Amino acid sequence: MPATSDVSGADMALLISHLDVRFGRGEEAVHAVRDVSLTVRRGESFGLVGESGSGKSTVLRAIAGLATDWTGRIAVDGEDLGRKRSKAFYETVQMVFQDPYGSLHPRHTVDRTLSEPAKIHGIGNVGGRVEALLHDVGLGPEFRFRYPHQLSGGQRQRVAIARALMLEPRILLLDEPTSALDVSVQAEILNLLQRLKHEHGLTYILVSHDLAVIAHMCDRLAVMNAGRVVEEMDVDQLRRSQPQHNYTRQLLNASLGYDRDKADSLLTFD
Amino acid sequence: MTASSANAPGLRAWLTSETPSSPLQARCIQVYLGWLGLARNPLAMLGLAIVVCLILAAIFAPLLAPYDPIAQDLQRRLLPPGTPGNLLGTDELGRDILSRLLYGARITLYVVALVVVTAPVFGLLIGTVAGYAGGWVDTVLMRFTDIFLAFPRLVLALAFVAALGPGIGNAVLAIALTSWPPYARIARAETLTIRNSDFISAIRLQGASPLRIVTGHVVPLCLSSVIVRVTLDMAGIILTAAGLGFLGLGAQPPLPEWGAMISTGRLYILDQWWVATMPGLAIFTVSLGFNLLGDGLRDALDPRSSR
Amino acid sequence: MSGPGTGSLLEVEGLSIDFPTRTRTVHAVRDISFSVGREKVGIVGESGSGKTMTGRAVLGLIRPPGIVTARRMDFDGIDLTKLSEREYRRIRGNRIAMVMQDPKFSLNPVMTIGRQIDEAYRVAAGAAAGAARRRTMEMLKAVRIRDPERVYKAYPHEVSGGMGQRIMIAMMLVAEPDLLIADEPTSALDVTVQMQVLAIVDDLVSQRGMGLMFISHDLNLVASFCDRVVIMYAGQIVETCRASELHKATHPYTRGLLASLPRVDQPVERLSTLVREESWKTEPGVDARNL
Ligand SMILES: Nc1ncnc2c1ncn2[C@@H]1O[C@H](COP(=O)(O)OP(=O)(O)OP(=O)(O)O)[C@@H](O)[C@H]1O
Ligand SMILES: Nc1ncnc2c1ncn2[C@@H]1O[C@H](COP(=O)(O)OP(=O)(O)OP(=O)(O)O)[C@@H](O)[C@H]1O
Ligand SMILES: [Mg+2]
Ligand SMILES: [Mg+2]
Repeated sequence: MPATSDVSGADMALLISHLDVRFGRGEEAVHAVRDVSLTVRRGESFGLVGESGSGKSTVLRAIAGLATDWTGRIAVDGEDLGRKRSKAFYETVQMVFQDPYGSLHPRHTVDRTLSEPAKIHGIGNVGGRVEALLHDVGLGPEFRFRYPHQLSGGQRQRVAIARALMLEPRILLLDEPTSALDVSVQAEILNLLQRLKHEHGLTYILVSHDLAVIAHMCDRLAVMNAGRVVEEMDVDQLRRSQPQHNYTRQLLNASLGYDRDKADSLLTFD
Repeated sequence: MTASSANAPGLRAWLTSETPSSPLQARCIQVYLGWLGLARNPLAMLGLAIVVCLILAAIFAPLLAPYDPIAQDLQRRLLPPGTPGNLLGTDELGRDILSRLLYGARITLYVVALVVVTAPVFGLLIGTVAGYAGGWVDTVLMRFTDIFLAFPRLVLALAFVAALGPGIGNAVLAIALTSWPPYARIARAETLTIRNSDFISAIRLQGASPLRIVTGHVVPLCLSSVIVRVTLDMAGIILTAAGLGFLGLGAQPPLPEWGAMISTGRLYILDQWWVATMPGLAIFTVSLGFNLLGDGLRDALDPRSSR
Repeated sequence: MSGPGTGSLLEVEGLSIDFPTRTRTVHAVRDISFSVGREKVGIVGESGSGKTMTGRAVLGLIRPPGIVTARRMDFDGIDLTKLSEREYRRIRGNRIAMVMQDPKFSLNPVMTIGRQIDEAYRVAAGAAAGAARRRTMEMLKAVRIRDPERVYKAYPHEVSGGMGQRIMIAMMLVAEPDLLIADEPTSALDVTVQMQVLAIVDDLVSQRGMGLMFISHDLNLVASFCDRVVIMYAGQIVETCRASELHKATHPYTRGLLASLPRVDQPVERLSTLVREESWKTEPGVDARNL
């Protein structure tokens, strides 16, 4: 169960307690996230895994302020957040989206995409910073004035990561940053994220359905199912394959590979 | 810039480079690629040629026209086309029809240009704001649009002109006021398909204001469909202006407005057919030109069609 | 060669796809030969290696300026290279279906999901509205959508990434095609749902004799799910093997891909990345017909 008490406020990057997120009103409302509580320490990488449609992206969107209809408590660096976010908030928390094909404006060059946040926040020396960031994410200067359709999926995801880093956030929300990429590019992006984390002292919250990616990147993880966190574990427990909840057991079992007979024995948890 | 000093092949390479080195170059390449797409389409090029001719005719009317368009010469009334000195004949007051057509191009262009800088801009603004904001803003703006959309264009234009008094300026105003709703509809529909995309979420996450998002991120994506629609509508705009002129509510005599020319020419339609036919042909040709250009632009600007 | 019945559903020989651009010609696919029987054929390879283009070429969906050439392209006795666009349309979606790579782009953003699947079914089976709706609900349930009633009425942006993928799969399966080309159909699904969805496809292959071209970059999944694997690099097939033997693959490219996978049980500081060699592009490709 969430260990809220033993974490002192000072080294806590993110605290979520009793978070509920809904879409729509009345009869039709979708209760996407139910009573989720999490804590993430500063400098930690925290993984979120779980069933498709279980609300992982929605948790990230609520933290980022993109989903507004939530109740409960979200605190970043010890400060409670409201529905509306201040400009300063965006300098602390940034997000990388699931789909590198949809997260870049099709008519904007890489340069424009990267310099826009700096312009919004009135940061000087935009050109220099864009170049430095491109270098940081392993893209040469020749990419600076390209359009998204001239980039591969991996290159787009690098641009998206660079954009998220433009405002020098301390917390990065990563929504399946490599699920649309092939394994060789995935390895490059994961290595890049590890390096950036050390260089910039970042805190990550990483959503992925690939347990191996979570095991490689994270220190702790939470398992979600049907809008709830069913289990929190650290990565050693994951490696030793010691789940508590049945859903987690099923998840670990399924990640060993496809098996027709196993498919029938899978249960749906509510 | 090295490009301006470079010779033609150098410029070509600069324009087709896969790795632009400045925002300017990136933009130029986009324009150039769009142009190449357009140039591949012969009908679109025909349309473009007609439109360019219209513009040239309007600019150089004083040089091209053999006579003053409003100078009357009652001894040379109603001369048929082909008469030496009056290539397209003369009208009921002995004015040279060719000269009147050439000067009329100015009025047509004036009407078109004024409508183009007002109606689509207004429509785009209403449509994108409604689509992006959603909720009651959307409802209010779209009901407002529906009201305008519900009236037939010519009837509404007539009402405006009747209220404001006849004249070319008021005719333009009336046309502009009645032609923006379709642009608002298009822009809203387009906005609805992009407002939930990740790149809009991403820019919201950078702390961008709604104004910035609409003008910098939503409008550019709606622009191509609106531009295409504008060129397709151009024919209709010219015809409405001509219609108002025809009814005596647009340009006032002796201005050589094409619609007004048809209107007076219809009195002589049986015996002196050219008086009404020549401006009719001009309207037809120019409308066709804008239509062909619009069709070509639709194909060239549609990112799915090439690349 | 293979006899009828047990033989190939799709047989492709010498397929090339070129994109002439202003500066040079991109050879997206270079002279590949492969076949798909009533089995599961996995196609793996890095981004840009030509997997999607191969699938689209089979469906006749390469848009100009792309140029498709093939010495042979036979689907169940039909010569695909000779089909007119009209004849192709009768086959597409009906006998050969493709689950596109990015579901959210392939779905109409302003039309409800239910209507889109209904329409796919009605076009394929000529069914009435009521029957189509029933079938749609069945399919949504089959792909493990939790509340099909809601999703039926939802718009594409209101569903999660993985739900979008399952919706695409449902849409392609309602028509009960003979050959399914699935382009990274489960990349956004968690492993349990993925397994359940793949089981449906698996049953169609084993019970109805459907052929499956399974494009994916998940090597572990392909190894355990498919019968055969085709590995593509830079538009060529560099290696082919039984899926169960993928981990014993010999080509340095395949080995490199396998080595770059993170493992749950073996933590490493840095993942190894692929070092590409120029010679992989020039060496002749492998024929991946009958194995
Ligand atoms: N804008 C929206 N309107 C209505 N419902 C929504 C909206 N966005 C998400 N949902 C619903 O909320 C639930 C959780 O969605 P979410 O995207 O968080 O899932 P997820 O855990 O990220 O899944 P995946 O792994 O497939 O991406 C889903 O049932 C989805 O249909
Ligand atoms: N219209 C085009 N013009 C030029 N090149 C193109 C065009 N369309 C595709 N290509 C090229 O064809 C190659 C194969 O692309 P394809 O989409 O098949 O890759 P893929 O193997 O599916 O990769 P991914 O895993 O990223 O989906 C790529 O190198 C791509 O750049
Ligand atoms: Mg998600
Ligand atoms: Mg692909």
